[in-house]
Amino acid sequence: MRVLLLALRRLATSLPSLLLILCGLFLLLQFAPGDTVDALVAEMGGADAAVIGQLRQFYGLDASTTVQLGRYLWRLVHLDLGYSAIYGKPVAAVILERLPVTLVLMGCAQVLAAVCGVALGVAAARRAGRWPDTLVSMLGLVFYATPSFWFGLMGIVVFAIHLGWLPPGGYLDVAAGYKGLERIADIAWHLVLPAVTLALIYLAIYLRIMRASMLEVLSLDFVRSARAKGLAEYAVLVRHVLRNALLPLLTLAGLQFGTMLGGSVVIESVFALPGLGRLAYDSVVQRDLNTLLGIVFISALLVIAINFMVDMLYALLDPRILHERKA
Amino acid sequence: MSGPLPFLLSIDALSVALPAGADRGLALNNVSLALAPGEVLCVVGESGSGKSMTAGAVLGLLPDGVRRSAGHILLEGRELTALSEAGLRRIRGARIGMIFQEPMTALNPLRTIGDQIGEVFRTHTRLGKAEIARKVLGLLDDVQIPQPHAAAGAYPHELSGGQRQRAMIAMALALEPSLLIADEPTTALDVTTQAQILRLIRELQRRKGTAVLFITHDFGVVAEIADRIAVMRQGEVVETGPAAEILARPRHPYTQALLAAVPALEPPAPRVVAGDTLLAIDGIGKTYRSGSWLGRGQRQVHALDQVCLTLPRGGALGIVGESGSGKSTLARCLAGLLDPDRGSLRLDDEDLLAGGAARRRRRARRIQMVFQDPFGSLNPRRRVGELVAQGPLIHGEHPLRARQRAAELFELVGLDPSALDRYPHEFSGGQRQRIGLARALALEPDVLVADEPVSALDVSVQAQVLALLDDLRSRTGLSLILITHDLRVAAQVCDRVAVMKDGRVVEQADTAALFGSPRHPYTQALLAAVPGRQAAGLARAAGVSPAAAEPDWAQAGL
Amino acid sequence: MKLLQRYLRNPAACFGLLVLLAVIAMAASAPLLFPADPLSLAGRPLQWPLKDPRFWLGTDQTGRDIAAQIFHGARVSLLIGFVATLIAVCIGILIGAFAGYYGGWADNLLMRLTEGFQTLPSFLLLLVLVSVFGSGIATVTLAIGAVSWPATARLTRAEFLTLRNRDFVHSCRSLGMRDLQIIFREILPNALPPVVVYASVVMALAILLESALAFLNLSDPNVASWGNLIGGGRGVLRSQWYVSAIPGIAILLTVLAVSLVGQGLNDALNPRLKRP
Repeated sequence: MRVLLLALRRLATSLPSLLLILCGLFLLLQFAPGDTVDALVAEMGGADAAVIGQLRQFYGLDASTTVQLGRYLWRLVHLDLGYSAIYGKPVAAVILERLPVTLVLMGCAQVLAAVCGVALGVAAARRAGRWPDTLVSMLGLVFYATPSFWFGLMGIVVFAIHLGWLPPGGYLDVAAGYKGLERIADIAWHLVLPAVTLALIYLAIYLRIMRASMLEVLSLDFVRSARAKGLAEYAVLVRHVLRNALLPLLTLAGLQFGTMLGGSVVIESVFALPGLGRLAYDSVVQRDLNTLLGIVFISALLVIAINFMVDMLYALLDPRILHERKA
Repeated sequence: MSGPLPFLLSIDALSVALPAGADRGLALNNVSLALAPGEVLCVVGESGSGKSMTAGAVLGLLPDGVRRSAGHILLEGRELTALSEAGLRRIRGARIGMIFQEPMTALNPLRTIGDQIGEVFRTHTRLGKAEIARKVLGLLDDVQIPQPHAAAGAYPHELSGGQRQRAMIAMALALEPSLLIADEPTTALDVTTQAQILRLIRELQRRKGTAVLFITHDFGVVAEIADRIAVMRQGEVVETGPAAEILARPRHPYTQALLAAVPALEPPAPRVVAGDTLLAIDGIGKTYRSGSWLGRGQRQVHALDQVCLTLPRGGALGIVGESGSGKSTLARCLAGLLDPDRGSLRLDDEDLLAGGAARRRRRARRIQMVFQDPFGSLNPRRRVGELVAQGPLIHGEHPLRARQRAAELFELVGLDPSALDRYPHEFSGGQRQRIGLARALALEPDVLVADEPVSALDVSVQAQVLALLDDLRSRTGLSLILITHDLRVAAQVCDRVAVMKDGRVVEQADTAALFGSPRHPYTQALLAAVPGRQAAGLARAAGVSPAAAEPDWAQAGL
Repeated sequence: MKLLQRYLRNPAACFGLLVLLAVIAMAASAPLLFPADPLSLAGRPLQWPLKDPRFWLGTDQTGRDIAAQIFHGARVSLLIGFVATLIAVCIGILIGAFAGYYGGWADNLLMRLTEGFQTLPSFLLLLVLVSVFGSGIATVTLAIGAVSWPATARLTRAEFLTLRNRDFVHSCRSLGMRDLQIIFREILPNALPPVVVYASVVMALAILLESALAFLNLSDPNVASWGNLIGGGRGVLRSQWYVSAIPGIAILLTVLAVSLVGQGLNDALNPRLKRP
């Protein structure tokens, strides 16, 4: 229960920041050289002033900035993200359609990056200073430096075009119309390349952090105590070092969630996945600023939600946190 | 092998090599020690003497790159150096127990005390969970932890420093090892807790017949607990022998110097202080409130409560207390770094707490402070000459004149003026404290507040810095407030001593009166807890008195 | 000096430095080696590398010299990377220093601002900025700087929080020094090393961000950028994959070099943290 309260308290402090940023974003968008109506009109192929004025009134774009801001915030509270002129549907509906794909992609990528990153980081830390460590660290650096979109393209060239093992894009084979387990397997097959590509840079980050965290924990006094008790090196590692070293990684994983959302924009474009990232790109190109703002808002909510869960998990794993609040 | 073995632990001509590039080639050079069963051997030395390395070598737990290069270690007749890693692991925890210095970091913060003590059993025996739990409770009872059942389920940060150390002792003695290695187990504890832990170790050792290799730098502790003593310096054993003999008749000049440097508990002859009251501290209070506005259960901590003290002109007031007593908070209030919530501070009838920031900045010159940590108190990126000249420069002094003053001050504190252009890391801890002193004196203050000026220094250097403080007092007529946790240090320098506990002044009196006949029970407990009250007395009886003979530092190699 | 010596003892760091110097050399020599506009037509499109001695890296799908674009692209990447990093670090240091030193409500406010920025995925924010203010190279650079400062601010704040309680700062205050002087002349020189090292990470990310933008055709189209090349090569991926492959390798090597130099600096500044 205390854990929940603690996490809620942290949540409460992050809401003002969100508000601050959203207001800032809204005001920023007022500087945009064109708005939804301009885009609509362009699509229609031009219209006269009266029609434009009516459209403006319809979309509420003729009111003063303060009023618009107020209305905007009010609608946000109701999770009404406005209307997408381009898609002809409420923004919320459009986003909801695209959200699952992105979440599945990011989930797979995070798991992949975390598992491999932790394993490699532990391996590197155990043989720190010797060649396995150098090799793994080098590999991590190369992964970190590789542009994800380029890796995706090269992956397509090698695995889809030349070897034909994996599909070059898309989320599933629509024509085949699989159901149930076959459908999941089809999606999985389609997601292999995108997930690996997206996971690459985060794998490198987790690797480096895990290695550093392990090395730091290994230098702490209680590891010496454990060895002085006669524990085997394996026992020392698993029962004392690992849990302590994983804690900083947990916080990091929460923070990286947001960055990964940004990364998915590029990956979804490369692999033609119908997700949120691709929607964001389309909105920019088509000047559908309503949708873009909606996506940013949803992303922020997602990040806050993830951080909330991470906070709770952290408080559960580290008994010192609760004690600090109690004291 | 026939007949009982004379020695439990026998270290024979042990040498341990450091990796290339260290400041010396050998961490330990031809070290030979012997420990009989049930005996307490104290290994004494200052920092860098190699005493902790010896413990590491016995356990086979040397840092990376450091290896044994020669010699033998025999435990109960077995050659430890010939054992494989697996063999050593079987001995660690089972035949040899170890206690470390910092109980907070020596225990895994994410696991309960009971779990960590039980781990010793799980590693070395095949006992069941219930049996282990019973044994753990029995052990916690043995080490006299209050509420053993609650303690077993507690995490390390939920216990106090003394309790954590007791838990560590329980962990080390779990399997009744024949040898206990204690590496500075009481250094990080309060004086009163220190006394309790020492008593506990002695009692357990006698009851279970455990031999103890006790590593320390404090001769007072040595006097309390040692049967035999070995003095180490720079990786070599300089002198060994029975405790009584070494304390009474030290032979090696280094040992003599170390013993002479231990501050005596007997106050010096009272200095005649003619002064009127220079600094009046009246009813100072400071309260901290914790807990945010969102949380319930706001706690109030009275860091300072109704503190009233006076400092005569030219006098030296000592403020003694343990951690949490509020002495550091008081120091910061005096130096203007913290604002008290209540009370008044008057210096020569001028109210120090009144006025805006600019006026207070100007008045700040009159009270200056010397800090505890010689490494953190000097900006590592500035030359020491600049640091000393900073004060006068801020208050409008001409740069050349400021530099000249810095050179004069260097001479005053016993440093070479040509060193003005060096950086702090090129100086030793004692020298850095002198630089800190020079900086504080640069503004010609009326009052010097010294917050634990010597606790981070080696014993031999402590004596020098204290002597310097004394010297400065008589030469410049400075008034001094010395804040410390060590009664012996206060006895050396101060005319008057005030004892603080939990933010209050529980007793204040002239030094001789306070030490001779303390009235408050806390003062009495503090005095009784000072380790080795007899030690200084022994040294003095042998003619090695601190005041009489200036030890030959050069010959002692300091 | 000793720092340089320690740095040069690290083989990976030396390699990084060499590659970085090579890239800088490429950027500097670009107007000399390829004086014509890199985005102008140079020859027959889609020629493979090393087929025509004039185009030793081949030509892209519109007939432009790939080698020229690579060399000129180096200027763009380095310039944008450096300037954006400078902006991000300056903003970050200012915010972090004041938040860390003063604490209290100033810290609260500034940290709420920082957290808000960090809640939004930086690439999305970049997209928003680009869609509002356009894709000119100056705008892109400013935008990248504007989304990259939070991490530097956090780092600086952490350093200031630690250093603020060091005794040498206390002694400066008791000597009567003013706050601004303490922040900028006493604490900042001590807080800078980890921030400078982190600047290499920011630069690496800035280069990656810019190339991602260019790949999506959202960056300045009148500038020869590596990302542009890769994006353009998507259409001919099946057969002429080298058009996308070569600039990607250039990005990889540059970012790798910057990261290695940063790590080398870190190891040189903290010798005791080096691997045992």
